Amino acid sequence: MKSHYQLLVIGAGPAGLAAAADAARLGVDVALVDEQKAPGGQIYRNVGAAGERVKDYLGKDYLRGKRLVDEFLQSGATYINHAPVWYLDERLETGILVDGASHFIGADRLLLATGAQERPMPLPGWQLPGVMTAGAGQILLKSAAMLPTGRLVLAGAGPLLLLIAWQYLRAGVKIEAIIDTTPGSDQLETLPRLARALPALDYLLKGLSFMLAIKKAGIPVYKAIDNLRVEGRESIESVHFNTVRGKSSTEIGIETDTLLLHQGVIPNIRLPLAAGCKVEWDAQQQSWQVAKDIWGQSSVDRVLVAGDCAGIVGARAGELQGRLCALEIAHQLQKIDLEQRDRAAKGIKRSLQRHLSIRPFLDALYAPSQAYQLPHDDTLVCRCEEVNAGQIRQAVRMGCVGPNQVKAFTRCGMGPCQGCLCASTVAALVADETGASMEQVGYFRVRPPFKPITLGELADT
Amino acid sequence: MFRLVEDSGSDTVTLRIEDREYAVPAGISVAAAVLLCGIDKVRTTPVTASPRLPYCMMGICFDCLMRIDGVPNQQACQVEVAQNMTVEYQQGAAELLQQE
Amino acid sequence: MEYDFIVVGGGLVGSSIAYGLARQKYKVAVLDGGDRSFRASRGNFGLVWVQGKGADFAPYAKWTGQAADLWPELVAELANKTGLGIDYQRSGGMHFCLDETEWDERMQEMEQVREHTNGSFEYEMLNHAQLKKHIPQISSAVLGASYSPQDGHVNPLYLLQALQQGMDYHQVDYFPGQAIDRIEAQQGGFCAHSTQGTLSAEKIAICAGLNNRRLGEMLGMDIPVVVDRGQIMITERLQPFLNFPTLHVRQTAEGTVQIGYSHEDVGLDEGTSPSVLKKLASRAVSMFPFLARVGLVRAWGALRVMTPDHNPIYQQSVTCPGAFTVTCHSGVTLAAMHAGPVAGWIAGSDEPDLINRFSTDRFNVSPG
Repeated sequence: MKSHYQLLVIGAGPAGLAAAADAARLGVDVALVDEQKAPGGQIYRNVGAAGERVKDYLGKDYLRGKRLVDEFLQSGATYINHAPVWYLDERLETGILVDGASHFIGADRLLLATGAQERPMPLPGWQLPGVMTAGAGQILLKSAAMLPTGRLVLAGAGPLLLLIAWQYLRAGVKIEAIIDTTPGSDQLETLPRLARALPALDYLLKGLSFMLAIKKAGIPVYKAIDNLRVEGRESIESVHFNTVRGKSSTEIGIETDTLLLHQGVIPNIRLPLAAGCKVEWDAQQQSWQVAKDIWGQSSVDRVLVAGDCAGIVGARAGELQGRLCALEIAHQLQKIDLEQRDRAAKGIKRSLQRHLSIRPFLDALYAPSQAYQLPHDDTLVCRCEEVNAGQIRQAVRMGCVGPNQVKAFTRCGMGPCQGCLCASTVAALVADETGASMEQVGYFRVRPPFKPITLGELADT
Repeated sequence: MFRLVEDSGSDTVTLRIEDREYAVPAGISVAAAVLLCGIDKVRTTPVTASPRLPYCMMGICFDCLMRIDGVPNQQACQVEVAQNMTVEYQQGAAELLQQE
Repeated sequence: MEYDFIVVGGGLVGSSIAYGLARQKYKVAVLDGGDRSFRASRGNFGLVWVQGKGADFAPYAKWTGQAADLWPELVAELANKTGLGIDYQRSGGMHFCLDETEWDERMQEMEQVREHTNGSFEYEMLNHAQLKKHIPQISSAVLGASYSPQDGHVNPLYLLQALQQGMDYHQVDYFPGQAIDRIEAQQGGFCAHSTQGTLSAEKIAICAGLNNRRLGEMLGMDIPVVVDRGQIMITERLQPFLNFPTLHVRQTAEGTVQIGYSHEDVGLDEGTSPSVLKKLASRAVSMFPFLARVGLVRAWGALRVMTPDHNPIYQQSVTCPGAFTVTCHSGVTLAAMHAGPVAGWIAGSDEPDLINRFSTDRFNVSPG
């Protein structure tokens, strides 16, 4: 490990792997830093070591990750694993923690490819043992070859929910029910986008095939529901909701051992913010995105971004964005000239267009539900400090005009997760209570450490 | 409640979770091991002493905090199981470590 | 005039003053900044601190002592009116000394303060053995400490919240998210033009921290504010181990450990720097070795509202009488003083003893 590289890539998901591999091949002195033991990020997690059966259950898309990981490992790029990034600021020196020691790495160019996280889905009882995210279910399958046993319910909306249901069905997991929270009212709006999504027909067909598999398996699917909540004392015992049909409403309770939640994914913008990158609110995706051009150049001179951390695009598009970044960086560092860059980029851009064409349709179809953005007063918003929505609304009524003031008075966001699971909800609540736009409301200030570090490790830097 | 996929590997490690010993596959995280072994919780929260189990499994929720080999507040989903490891509940705030 | 008073700034200083005025039944408006404004309260260590202050300026030693004595009453009053607890404890405070020279110098400072306050300042110098009885985890690297039973600590954010709810209790009109365009003296009072419009009042108090220089100029006051950055860190929650706040390390009511005390001249930069964070961590670990294995949750920078001699400024404009400023970096310790005697002074009742020692005259600047 050196103290300086021409290019430092943060994140070993598809965007980071593709960027690092291509940059290395173009002659850039590149290092890729990642917190996990092996490359793959979350979507291709453990793809290098997963067993045959697990790979079979996960499907062909997961295997693509193996090729990408191999490409990276053979590219000549330096790989620094088990290296969480704990520090980054506008001076662009990246602090990583390796084997209990902190090291700072400088770079001529920094590529942030830190991916996404699940959008929090607060509902009454979501903090009970036995409630997890759909992503957690996937990670358990990918990295530990584990499948849910006992009773299982899936709740939420989005492609990942369909995917995991399909994967579990292939693995013989019994699913008690799927509670589909996809907003129903916008079907008409999604149709025009459907037409524009036809270049990405494979995505559409895949989604349809998942839905068919679920139907064929006879899993009860509940739509048009409200009042979703979890009940149980020391752990989840049942999930309850009301189905609404016209004027009538029926309450349904389903006993279960495990509940997996999903409300889409949102960019992890913490490191881009720490580096000083400009972010913009995207009303369609209901999330903050990092401002960038087609090459991934952010508003900060030496910083580029690729993949889901800048805006949700999916694994294939993320990989292509990574490759465009590599070309741009190679050009900026004078390894290739403008003509070479543009020639190599042509095919990548076309492919990227195709993969991006599905997004408007998916974003419209799976827009996040208001119910989980603006939960009931008695729902926990901050899981770490156990602050509920009512307390946050109260703080706003008492004069807090933004999330940082709310945090100062309620402790919401002060726990170990530093707002990862509550930031989006707090901002939505403030906007709702004050009538301000999301741009006006803003977001929690991000501060280091971005990954845990002890005082001893810091003292020994 | 979780089980292993059949034929998913042979190496195991033995570790202690609270007062019992368990054999789990090598290479998995402590959080995965806790779920596999059907442990009821990983911790109780500092504010209301409520029980929690892992939530996100990817290191951002900090719900899976446990005391591992005597060190409190470890994210169990970020620590790989090891032979003879001791894993305990994180009860509220971290307990003082006496050092001279 | 719509209001008796406009207070510009809703931080610890502005809120104390506004609360104090409203408590006396005056009609008060507060113009406060937004969510991302510079707020010294976010960088405050939460000390209600007496020891060591004013060793080189007798009036401040006395002023601080009085302020600390008024604290318990303010806490009780706020709790009564708002139902909020603010984790105030007059636990006594420690200042660690790492070698003989420090220990001797510290003792001299303590003696100075005792002299300045005619003996009312209480303190004790503790050697290592005595210190260890009170703080078992203290390392052998700490030779001893100065201890004062008059020191305490509080949650500064909860204090701000309680003051704001106290303001609400007394019907203060609170306007958040404001940027002040200009303030004018006019017939019978003052006019403040801000984001939300125009407000008028008979008197105006400028308590906007780093903005005081700019605002003061509009009212003929030359307020020498010096920006000083401090970096702070906070750990995960720990079981209680430290009953006494110190300048560098303080365990909060939640169990988290606050670590701090640094000074930098970097302008309006609330960022952090690895070198200072490393220093803070090293010092904390050298004082409490077990902290080496404790996790850090957050580190940040905050800007102190400093004056050239570090002592507060209480000034009424000469060219625009009725315009006041309160400028200081000890918004917590002095809160009760600000809510009480200083608010009274702004309202036109008796001028508290010593307050004239804190005017801007001492800086040889134009007092307006």
